[in-house]
Amino acid sequence: MKIRNNIAVSETGFVFDPNSGDSFTLNETGKQILNMLSEGKTGSEIKHFFIENFEVEVTTFENNFSEFLMMLQGLNLVEE
Amino acid sequence: MTTKKRYERPIITKINAGVTDKFGMRPKMPIISKIEGVAITDIIAKYGSPAFVISEKTIRKTYNEAKRAFSTRYPNVQFAWSYKTNYLDAVCQIFHSEGAWAEVVSGFEYDKAIANGIPGNKILFNGPDKSKDDLIKAVENGAFIHLDHFDELYELLSIADTSKKRPKVAIRVNMDTGVYPLWDRFGFNYENGEAWNALNRIMLSEKMDLVGLHTHIGTYMMTPDPYAVAASKLAELAVRVDKKYNHKIKYIDMGGGFASKNTLKGAYLPGKDTCPSFDQYAEAITNALINSELDPNKMPTLFLETGRALIDDAGYLVGTVLANKRLSNGRRSMIVDVGVNMLFTSFWYEHEIYPVKEVSANAEDTTIYGPLCMNIDVIRDVIKFPLLQKDDNYVIKRIGAYNMTQWMQFITLRPNIVLIDINGNTHIIREKETNESLTSHERVPAYLK
Repeated sequence: MKIRNNIAVSETGFVFDPNSGDSFTLNETGKQILNMLSEGKTGSEIKHFFIENFEVEVTTFENNFSEFLMMLQGLNLVEE
Repeated sequence: MTTKKRYERPIITKINAGVTDKFGMRPKMPIISKIEGVAITDIIAKYGSPAFVISEKTIRKTYNEAKRAFSTRYPNVQFAWSYKTNYLDAVCQIFHSEGAWAEVVSGFEYDKAIANGIPGNKILFNGPDKSKDDLIKAVENGAFIHLDHFDELYELLSIADTSKKRPKVAIRVNMDTGVYPLWDRFGFNYENGEAWNALNRIMLSEKMDLVGLHTHIGTYMMTPDPYAVAASKLAELAVRVDKKYNHKIKYIDMGGGFASKNTLKGAYLPGKDTCPSFDQYAEAITNALINSELDPNKMPTLFLETGRALIDDAGYLVGTVLANKRLSNGRRSMIVDVGVNMLFTSFWYEHEIYPVKEVSANAEDTTIYGPLCMNIDVIRDVIKFPLLQKDDNYVIKRIGAYNMTQWMQFITLRPNIVLIDINGNTHIIREKETNESLTSHERVPAYLK
């Protein structure tokens, strides 16, 4: 799953979608995930990064990550 | 070893352009990690989740605030604890130890007050349902019987014929105090002369002692003015009785109905900013009595039966998040282990709910559901709530009134109720239910076994 090419993500977690004109904000973990997706990282790589660097259990992260991706899909910010 | 960063569930929030809403920017939600110095996580670890928690210190503090408000403005004031608001014995005993009498509305509550060591002559017996046996008991014990209707009056007259003791009675008076809805289902109406008629019948019967006048004008009264109207009307009745029969009414009972600091559903501003203080209620009531035609040398005792405003702040519900999920419109929903079966007041209030541990400033519009498999089980329709995870704890404030009496055993069992005493020690004051608590009352006919 990749972030669509024309989606702009700022350093502070501000997201702009030029197609719809919608803007979004991200929290720290959301911003991290979006940046890693922009860099072309896979879901597995993102998961390992979080488990190693954040205080989170595997199942909790998997659950949250999957829900977050669904939201990105719902907002039309990602493509397969 | 490197320290791991604090984790928070990832979220993305759409920015809606436009004018800010009436509240402007929402500050970060505060947390409540302790109740009276006791960590909520410790309470849950020891007593389970969910659990009701009651602060003895808050009960005593609130009671004394109310007492001060009235007793500094009027010579004779007596509070009577409204049992139906919270009739846990430990709670009743705290109020009684502060000097409160008992105000009961059924035979069950009457017996509870007696079992709590309250003598009959310190019980106010209200309500439309007093059986013949209840009335006989109340007459024998010298309780103050507040008559609700003529059938009860005649029943009591017939009891008085055979009793060695004279019943001590008051009448409950309903009236127009300028508020909607007008509560006219209890007692005798003032405006149409029914109350005056009842007073005449009592006085002319010469079988009972007319000692008081009672009213209870409504619930959650958000302005003190109607109490002034009610107090004036009761004072006027007392003066008329004195003029006609040369008989002094001993007490005027203004009932309850004072609002707590909870926010009613649909209210524009929070209850803690809009509900009157005890001083405002006291000012309205005592001014009306003092400025009436009552004999200043024999002013009747002022009785108050306020329940909600005395106990709501002392109660907390602590619990645990069961799950988070997305609704079809993308809104977050959070399922918690407290439902409307034990938080009955969530039908009326926008209850304040807080995280127990530190959270970030990020929050999402959230619907908070209880654990029941019922669509009505909603604790908050919409609240901007921090990103709590499954197994995180939360606390709901101001739940001391009515929840521990109007709760339902439905789908889940009722949990422990814990009292934090004034020294910060915790005590179970009602044990959590077990299947046995319920099945012990059931009987299965032999042919079904």
